[in-house]
Amino acid sequence: MSNISVTTGNGASRAVGARGDVVLKVDDLNVAFPSEDGLVHAVRGVSYELRRGQSLGIVGESGSGKSVTSMAIMGLLPKSAQITGSAKLEGEELLGLGDAELSRIRGKKISMIFQDPLTSLNPVYTVGFQLSEAIRTHYRDVNKAEARKRCIDLLDSVGIPNPQQRVDAYPHELSGGMRQRVVIAIAMANNPDVIIADEPTTALDVTVQAQVLEALEKAREEVNAALILITHDLGVIAGHTDEVLVMYAGRPVEEGSVDEIFYEPRMPYTLGLIGSLPRMDEDRGHRLTPVHGTPPSMLNMPPGCPFRPRCPMHQDICAEVEPELLPINGTGHVAACHFSDQLVDKAPDDVFAAVATDLAVEAEVEAAEAEAAAIAEEEDK
Amino acid sequence: MNAMLDTPQNAAAPVIAGKDLVKEFPVRSKGILRRKVGAVHAVSGVSLEIGQTETLALVGESGCGKSTTARLLMNLIPPTAGEVIYEGKDLTKLSRNQMRPVRRDIQLVFQDPMASLDPRMTVFEIIAEPLRVHGLFKNGGRDRVNSLIEIVGLNPEHRNRYPHEFSGGQRQRIGIARALALQPRVLMLDEPVSALDVSIQAGVINLLEDLQDELGLSYLFVSHDLSVVRHIADKVAVMYLGKIVEEGTTDQLFAGPAHPYTQALMSAIPLPDPRKERTRERIVLLGDVPSPSNPPSGCRFRTRCPLFKELSEADQSKCIDIEPLLRSDHAGLTRAACHFAKPKQLV
Repeated sequence: MSNISVTTGNGASRAVGARGDVVLKVDDLNVAFPSEDGLVHAVRGVSYELRRGQSLGIVGESGSGKSVTSMAIMGLLPKSAQITGSAKLEGEELLGLGDAELSRIRGKKISMIFQDPLTSLNPVYTVGFQLSEAIRTHYRDVNKAEARKRCIDLLDSVGIPNPQQRVDAYPHELSGGMRQRVVIAIAMANNPDVIIADEPTTALDVTVQAQVLEALEKAREEVNAALILITHDLGVIAGHTDEVLVMYAGRPVEEGSVDEIFYEPRMPYTLGLIGSLPRMDEDRGHRLTPVHGTPPSMLNMPPGCPFRPRCPMHQDICAEVEPELLPINGTGHVAACHFSDQLVDKAPDDVFAAVATDLAVEAEVEAAEAEAAAIAEEEDK
Repeated sequence: MNAMLDTPQNAAAPVIAGKDLVKEFPVRSKGILRRKVGAVHAVSGVSLEIGQTETLALVGESGCGKSTTARLLMNLIPPTAGEVIYEGKDLTKLSRNQMRPVRRDIQLVFQDPMASLDPRMTVFEIIAEPLRVHGLFKNGGRDRVNSLIEIVGLNPEHRNRYPHEFSGGQRQRIGIARALALQPRVLMLDEPVSALDVSIQAGVINLLEDLQDELGLSYLFVSHDLSVVRHIADKVAVMYLGKIVEEGTTDQLFAGPAHPYTQALMSAIPLPDPRKERTRERIVLLGDVPSPSNPPSGCRFRTRCPLFKELSEADQSKCIDIEPLLRSDHAGLTRAACHFAKPKQLV
């Protein structure tokens, strides 16, 4: 990969703030979708602060609301979605902005990278056209020749070989990894403050994933942007983020620095996730500890802790009171569990049973789930 | 001396073995004539052996021919060349009728549990279907299905539910129960856990390990994820563009991969451990996998090989002209198909 020198065209340079300033502040974000069966609470009270140059990882299983959170911030949800709370980009409220106003911000101050690069690129235009479109939409005084030069620089900086030729290629002429790098180039074209990457490497092979993550890291350093990396892959999180937010059933259940989350988890779900992960650096004899059961339906949320039916540590209070995110120590590490102090120095197999087919455990989990659903239904009436 | 080193460690006869398997898919021209204009070399000379109660993992990126190899071993698609030996017979020579009793012994579990289960059949019917097909349902088939449901960790009361009522992990368990119905000796697992969420994936991996111990099954575990492979496999074969580039026992391979591709693959897998992740050596490959319809001459990996770039011109021409064969006369413990194989500890 070549040296990184992005010469911003005269119009395309913007004042960039200092590292460490808060760029994005999300406060008590709630998203609900009306459905035939009632309101689906996809996101329930997400708050975080993102500083310039920082990279925040959001982990969770499918359906935990991690994508919906960022779609809400970007204003990409359908009109039927009910969004409350606040998301401020450099002090400017994003929620409730009209489409025209959002269009001025999207792609310029905040940009997004989606999972599947083939559906996020337009098949009938060259990548150069789509890149210069991203620049010239926001900076009309940049002429075509300048934009093209900047496109080639951008493609070069994300590690695409022969950028002079590739700039005239159509998306279908590129491989999956290259397409995703084009999408990253588009996302960094206007030196955004925040880049949101939603499962950017899930559709790619591992060796290509390594290339793309490196390109993403470079892009972030170059434009000094903050990065939100949404993924279910804890390995990617470990290598590429500073702060981690663990989501479960639409809520953040634990937040802390990447070291705190991996070495001192204080929420059973985080511990369970770590224990259920096969690791390449561990011996074969090591037994995995699965988390039994499935995440709750977002339609009828049971009262109390949403993880209770699957939690081996649950007690009576867990069914009644949903735990708040409480600080663990002074460093900003927070966890939503009534018994987080019991998890000090616990290994995953201390808490979760390493059985594959224990019907008793499954039955217990199922009974707890059914009970929770029944309580929720009763509340609805 | 090489011959001695190359003999397999377990002297017991393998349950199933593939010898020099080759599969080429024709590329045809457009129009009515559909002339053959080329071939996709999906599998080019792969030899594998799986022993009793042994798991062989086949690892590689998409398009390297690992799923095709699994299907060749099951004789689901006819090979262009090579043979599959099972119980002394060459399966590729058998007729459809002669093949039928053998099919019982070799079963397949697919990656996507939703696509591989009929949405209009109940779980009971899905698991009973193989028994009915082979005419075994009359003799206690009902009890057999019920016990299978229990073996894979599902609630027997759910036997009349439909696939859509289950979660991904439970569906994969149904797929496993169906594959076990005919008491097979070999299971071909084609990416059985890649479509599942992590917390659920672990349960299926544990189930597969337990079943192997209880039923003495042999597995061919096709996967792209080396961390899952380390957990479940006894032996590993790494494939690149239709060829095995390195093979060895799991311990040997992870102790010191000798082929540059295996090294790159291993260093590309992220570790869920921030401190190790910050300090570990990363080998990032350039470019993408070349097209299998026109693979590079000599060593197929040379176009992306980080080692190749550092070689002298004479050595480079060796990689271009001479195809490296699997050999164990290098410093490492594995068999690697590289002229300049050198083991490197990565995890």
